[in-house]
Amino acid sequence: MMDFSNEQLQRYSRHIILQDVGVEGQEKLLKSSVLIIGTGGLGTPAAQFLAAAGVGKVGLVDADKVELSNLQRQVLHHTTDVGKLKVESAKEKINSMNPDVEVKTYPYYLTSQNIKEVIREYDFVIDGTDNFPAKFLINDACVIEGKPLSHAGIIKFGGQVTTIVPGGDTPCYRCMFPQPPKPGSVPSCKEAGVIGVMGGVVGTIQATEAIKYILDKGELLTGKLLTYDALKMEFRKINLKKRDNCGICSDDPEIKELIDYEQGACEL
Amino acid sequence: MKITLNGNVVEFEGGLTVAELLKKEDVDMPDMVSVELNGEILDRDSFGDQLVKDGDTVEFLYFMGGGC
Ligand SMILES: [Zn+2]
Repeated sequence: MMDFSNEQLQRYSRHIILQDVGVEGQEKLLKSSVLIIGTGGLGTPAAQFLAAAGVGKVGLVDADKVELSNLQRQVLHHTTDVGKLKVESAKEKINSMNPDVEVKTYPYYLTSQNIKEVIREYDFVIDGTDNFPAKFLINDACVIEGKPLSHAGIIKFGGQVTTIVPGGDTPCYRCMFPQPPKPGSVPSCKEAGVIGVMGGVVGTIQATEAIKYILDKGELLTGKLLTYDALKMEFRKINLKKRDNCGICSDDPEIKELIDYEQGACEL
Repeated sequence: MKITLNGNVVEFEGGLTVAELLKKEDVDMPDMVSVELNGEILDRDSFGDQLVKDGDTVEFLYFMGGGC
């Protein structure tokens, strides 16, 4: 059993008082690690809450620098951070928020060449990226490495999120969408726009799934796609099944090696 | 026939293929959706032949790439 300092007992008192967490659960959180890929609309709220919760190690992946147009939704970045690497900006805020959290930064893009070694270091992966090549790469790498993953997407007033725990009967992203869309056929939020709070709602759902997975409590969004329509203020859970001929998670997968799909010109 | 489409009961005259349903529902870029029929994700190649029958449950799953 870990020795909690008085400060920690105070900091995490609202967790510790919960029957489903307690000191044991808080210890699990402090010893856990979560990788957040993309430190933007989804990634910043996820990082913020996981750090506040005392997840012991948070990895942040993003090659981009903070831009003024990010600040309408990426609430961890401030006006004075414009021009700074997003992972550095996020790390500074997390360090000042909770000294218990070790933040590891990866200021580059993940590719078929480097993704496996990065995700191996973590217990859970959060996909907060904004493009299909990255989403397919992350899904495939997590399936191959057996790494649990929260997948999400947001655009306009909509969002969707699912949890993938490879190895069992959980369908993966490719079970839903066998192939990425043709480059340029589906708009990005840069082109279509997004209400700032969408990342807040969906990113914190991703953080919630990570926490539940670490605590081993409740039911995960495995085999379910949770869709959120903010205009109708409607959440729906769509049941998903594993596809027998899935290219990556079936028994005899067609895909043997990770693929770096090309980015659509409009997504660059 | 009555089907449950994205959680809502909708009525159509006669039978429809999945491709026709996508068209009727104004999904102008079928590349953007995966279709789940009674819990099974359909192969894209089958949209033109696959019939939707009375009582079926259909979900359109939209590609959502944003996160930025
Ligand atoms: Zn799959």
